[in-house]
Amino acid sequence: MSDVRPAAQFVDLRQQHEVAQLGMWVFLGTEVLFFGGLILAYCVYRFGYPDGFAEAARHTKIAIGAGNTAILLTSSFLVAWAVTAARLGAGRFAAVLMWAAAGLGAVFLVLKGIEYREEYREQLVPGLHFSYTGPHSGPVSLFYSFYFAATGLHAVHVTVGILVLIVIGIRARAGRYSARYHAPITVAALYWHFVDAVWIFLFALIYLPGRAP
Amino acid sequence: MTMVRPPRVLLLSWLVLLLLLALTVAAAYWPLGTFNTVVALTIATVKTLIVAAIFMELRESRGLLIPFAGAGVFWFAILLWLAFTDFATRPDFPPSLLPLIWN
Repeated sequence: MSDVRPAAQFVDLRQQHEVAQLGMWVFLGTEVLFFGGLILAYCVYRFGYPDGFAEAARHTKIAIGAGNTAILLTSSFLVAWAVTAARLGAGRFAAVLMWAAAGLGAVFLVLKGIEYREEYREQLVPGLHFSYTGPHSGPVSLFYSFYFAATGLHAVHVTVGILVLIVIGIRARAGRYSARYHAPITVAALYWHFVDAVWIFLFALIYLPGRAP
Repeated sequence: MTMVRPPRVLLLSWLVLLLLLALTVAAAYWPLGTFNTVVALTIATVKTLIVAAIFMELRESRGLLIPFAGAGVFWFAILLWLAFTDFATRPDFPPSLLPLIWN
């Protein structure tokens, strides 16, 4: 792979790598605002209905939520390790690490699915299967609307991330990257870390409120 | 296949992130009133800064990367701020008629 050349508009591979990273950050900026709109809606309604939101959040499955957070944090660590390996020219080892991270992403999705099934059983799915009695039924329905929109959108991002890690892993395994050229691994890693960071906030907003006596 | 050890800073960051996760779950059960939310969001921010600075390598980056990375957060802050100048100052929020529709 020593014959990798930069695209015509770049001076060298280093500049091309920097531009690829910059482009990914621009995309992540739009993603911050994409999730930001949802989080704003959550903040407005939590401000309006603090008791209803606390009550609704108590029905979320904190053990699954916390386990899933640990899983994503660990997968991010593996991906960061993969970038280090790629930089040292160990592309095949980086592939193994990326596939392991993709595997953890799949476990995350399975646990999320189990959680959704529980919520369906408890009739907490607004618009589909919702039945909640008490003075806070309206705010609880709002909370779960946000919950399914935000975690569903996040799950789509996890799915895309898994596919990206698998594909980049296959290319790394095939020896397409080297110490000189591994920009795709770095850029894929940025996306995966972003998905992790979004979850860190969703976890704090969805699972933690209303637990204290 | 060449194996590469994980750099110490990555291992440490991972352990700190897991510790912060344990801390934020524990803190959610402490009776702190409104401060539960403050604690939860502060820990979430610290975790995200660790991910951004170390895993996403922002601490080693130079030039335009930092403002590009910060732009989304900056505009999100404006979104929250301007939206709450509205909702936090409405005389009737949440609308008092809404429960009649719900129940």
